[in-house]
Amino acid sequence: MFRAIYEYFKEILLAIRGLINGMRITGKYIAHARKEIITQEYPDNRDTLQMFDRFRGEVVLLHNENNEHRCTGCSACEVACPNGSIEIIWARREDPETGKKKKQIETFVYHLSMCTMCNLCILACPTDAIKMGHDFEHAVFDRSQLTKVLNRPGSKLEKGVEE
Amino acid sequence: MYDFTTLVQSIGNFLHGQFSPGVATALEWTLVILVYLALYAILGLVLVYVERRVCAFFQLRLGPNRVGWAGTAQTVADALKLLLKEPVTVNKADKLLYNLAPFIITLAALTVISLVPFAKGLQAFDINIGLLFIVAVSSLGVVGILLAGWSSNNKYALIGAMRSGAQIVSYELSVGLSLLTMVLLTGTLQLSTIIETQANGWWIFKGHVPAIIAFFLYLTASIAEINRGPFDLPEAESELTAGFHTEYSGLKFAFFFLAEFVNMFTVAAIATTVFLGGWMPFHLGDWAGFNAVMDFVPPILWFFLKVSAVIFLMMWFKWTFPRLRIDQLLKLEWKYLMPLNLMNLVFTAILVYLGWHG
Ligand code: SF4
Ligand code: SF4
Repeated sequence: MFRAIYEYFKEILLAIRGLINGMRITGKYIAHARKEIITQEYPDNRDTLQMFDRFRGEVVLLHNENNEHRCTGCSACEVACPNGSIEIIWARREDPETGKKKKQIETFVYHLSMCTMCNLCILACPTDAIKMGHDFEHAVFDRSQLTKVLNRPGSKLEKGVEE
Repeated sequence: MYDFTTLVQSIGNFLHGQFSPGVATALEWTLVILVYLALYAILGLVLVYVERRVCAFFQLRLGPNRVGWAGTAQTVADALKLLLKEPVTVNKADKLLYNLAPFIITLAALTVISLVPFAKGLQAFDINIGLLFIVAVSSLGVVGILLAGWSSNNKYALIGAMRSGAQIVSYELSVGLSLLTMVLLTGTLQLSTIIETQANGWWIFKGHVPAIIAFFLYLTASIAEINRGPFDLPEAESELTAGFHTEYSGLKFAFFFLAEFVNMFTVAAIATTVFLGGWMPFHLGDWAGFNAVMDFVPPILWFFLKVSAVIFLMMWFKWTFPRLRIDQLLKLEWKYLMPLNLMNLVFTAILVYLGWHG
């Protein structure tokens, strides 16, 4: 019987300790609320807004300063995409240096309207040609504007990617 | 130094001097009613803003911060919006009860604040059974909740109302018992006298351990009684849409909403009056200088300071603890709060018998 009484009070004391622990954590939050607030006052701080590293806004094809990208036209991303948001249109063309016919990308079509930002295409790409951009202001007045061509006009394959 | 008795009396004398006794009394009543209605509305507006802001900071958000300075006018805007909304009534609702429910809740909440002493002589209704009256009237609010749930003809509303009924029936006991513990110490039920007994120290300090236990038991039980989180089962949003006021809109919804926040104030005010010395300033032993400085702060400020502290504590509870399930809720009351309360009562009785209090 004494054991039961002991257990009863122990339970109450443990519960109180648990509650106080919880309150300590939230108390810490409110004490440092000014510094730690994670909400962004978005339209006001539009110029200085820093998105998080892992934020997924859109798929972008990276270009360097010589207007070269790393996409070989292998279509791995197109296959990986569960929604069919990517269409790779490629052609066999003659390489000006070696004179051999080679598969090359013509247009990298990206349908932003269908993309769910699942990141699968980026994981699938063997040459790390694409990555997730941080832009999130995608509102447009017409749906057709959401279909984008990602390779810039006149861009070439970066050297050394295929070796 | 700050005594409102003479001021209140002079207003009364002035009215009685100008008009015949009947008219003067009627005027006095009207004045009191107007003052309390204004207080009711202001309390609601301020508390809603404070609640939203404090809640936001607990969750590392900003909260309302656009309308007016730091968002202070947000609740005014919300109130205006609610005023302009169309009052939708459900076709199959029981019209009379449906319309009556918000008023019963408001009435219960308003009656209880009329007993709260804000400062010396600043109390509308000082009866000798004050605490008993408060316990009796504050539980009237549940009638409004039950009516609202029943008359809306909506399953969520009904479940919410039934939960509220079960909750109040259980927790009313703990509220009563914890207040009874304090009555043992104070020896009176009249609120103004309870405060007088704390002139030489608040009960939470004078009453040793039992008073502290009673304070927390009272706080827990009365938070449950006014359906505030973590005991907000009657309006559990994730389960019951909005609980008992699912079918209410516009002004009638605003009545429920206001009553909820004013009830929070009432609970804090009673806790302040009974445990924290009401409007009595904080005194430390016999440090005459320190005590004089404390006396300089007006009692009404002391009162609101203490009430805000208790309200903050309640918000802290709400935004820290998860909501209880209905069986956990009843278990907490019947297996823990009630027995603890009874033990505390006996303990206090022994203390009082030995004359160790105050
Ligand atoms: S992120 Fe997902 S949905 Fe979007 S293009 Fe890549 S694979 Fe397709
Ligand atoms: S982006 Fe990558 S995966 Fe897609 S076609 Fe180009 S190289 Fe292949």
